[in-house]
Amino acid sequence: MSIWEYANPRKFLQSSERVMPVLWLSSGVLISVGLIWGFFFTPDDYRQGSTVKIIFLHVPAALMAINAWFMMLVASLIWVVRRHHVSALAAKAAAPVGIVMTLIALATGAIWGQPMWGTWWAWDPRLTSFLVLFLFYLGYIALWEAIDNPDTAADLTAILCLVGTVFAVLSRYAVNFWNQGLHQGASLSLDEKENVADAFSNPLYVCMAGFALFFLALVFYRTGTEIRARRIKALLARQRQEA
Amino acid sequence: MWPDLGKYGETVLSAYAASLLLLGVLVVLTLWRGKRVRRIMEDLEQRMRRDG
Amino acid sequence: MMALLIRDLRLAVRAGGGFGLGLAFFLIVTVLVPFAVGPQSDLLARIAPGVLWLGALLSCLLSLDRLLALDWEDGSLDLLATAPLPLEAVISIKALAHWITTGLPLVLAAPLLGVLLNLPLDGYRWLVVSLLLGTPALSVIGTFGAALTVGLKRGGLLLSLLVMPLYVPTLIFGAEAARRGAMGMGVETPLLMLAGISAGVIALMPFASAAVLRINLR
Repeated sequence: MSIWEYANPRKFLQSSERVMPVLWLSSGVLISVGLIWGFFFTPDDYRQGSTVKIIFLHVPAALMAINAWFMMLVASLIWVVRRHHVSALAAKAAAPVGIVMTLIALATGAIWGQPMWGTWWAWDPRLTSFLVLFLFYLGYIALWEAIDNPDTAADLTAILCLVGTVFAVLSRYAVNFWNQGLHQGASLSLDEKENVADAFSNPLYVCMAGFALFFLALVFYRTGTEIRARRIKALLARQRQEA
Repeated sequence: MWPDLGKYGETVLSAYAASLLLLGVLVVLTLWRGKRVRRIMEDLEQRMRRDG
Repeated sequence: MMALLIRDLRLAVRAGGGFGLGLAFFLIVTVLVPFAVGPQSDLLARIAPGVLWLGALLSCLLSLDRLLALDWEDGSLDLLATAPLPLEAVISIKALAHWITTGLPLVLAAPLLGVLLNLPLDGYRWLVVSLLLGTPALSVIGTFGAALTVGLKRGGLLLSLLVMPLYVPTLIFGAEAARRGAMGMGVETPLLMLAGISAGVIALMPFASAAVLRINLR
């Protein structure tokens, strides 16, 4: 059996109905465990005090904000190449989730930055790139909303997503060049010196897994909604034609 | 049980509150629209089947 | 191709084509800035390159929704799409016409407006050079935005929302080059980056714009 069978909307709905309870449950459990572990059972950082606990929300949200865009890119490519409607609708479904993740990353970052850097907002490269990503999400969602014909909307937003990806990466480099920042380097990398301490990394991994599954559950659910909305549109059109 | 958050208590709590609030709004909106769309579709399908 | 370019230019210059509106907008934005931030000449001198770049960008943005809308309404876009000329070439010509009627006048007007903002003497050369390198990219990226929103009733605001994030890299490097020039620092790196973006965008963007336009003409 090939993976493309799930491109059939009916098949997709049936199988997503089956996996969704698992996804909701496991993501709920993982996020709860990770956040409770992180909030109650981690020590304070010697420099940042208790604010280090914000990392368990900030980093997973930021990670999913970028991954959501990446998923939209892949889904758009699949739509452009293979014309599977489910794929286009999945990209549409993921965008609002991505924008909320971006907002969470920005909000927690601002709240965290206030005591640590003494400012809510700084035009730091990482912060600025996220703001630009937020604008890209806004444009993408607005374009979906503006176009009536669903196939045209899918085509145009897919191309916007591809072009936007190139420009988002370009902006990342431009912003890096434009200002050296306050933000620390990667929280999790192979370079041991930069890493957060082990006491924090384990609950962080749990939270990241939880957020990823949560994202998947939301996208599955929202894609199902989009498929049904599309079907309503088709049924209404047929009804009008017969009348 | 409750961890000592020190002088940054408000900061940490407001970050958690803001994030959970945003996630909650997202989930509620998603479920609300999903339920509504599903109901409309089922109504419509039933009506069309009845009318032929 | 030349015929198309000349036709577009003639349409733009003729009354009602909106030629000159962009320039007037640029002038007004620049005049409003001192009212907003205060008349201290050292402050104005410091922000002048950025303000002029931003003003040029906004004027460019303002004229984008007319770029394809008129041809869309009277159906000449459909004709152009079926013409032997590839749509990529058509869209490049459109962008070129937009640059000649909007970008180039902005470049020429920028030094005059720099006087109003007390731009340091060293800055003029690099301001003009950076705008000269950057405005073609603005026109080409803008054409993509115009092609995306061409079929929409109220596309103007959406067009701005879509195009502005795409302008970020161009604006950063362009304004940085102008700023460094005004402060007497080395401008090679941002200028090279700006030129690279312009060249890449001019080479590749017409394909995306033409693809989008084909979808909209379907």
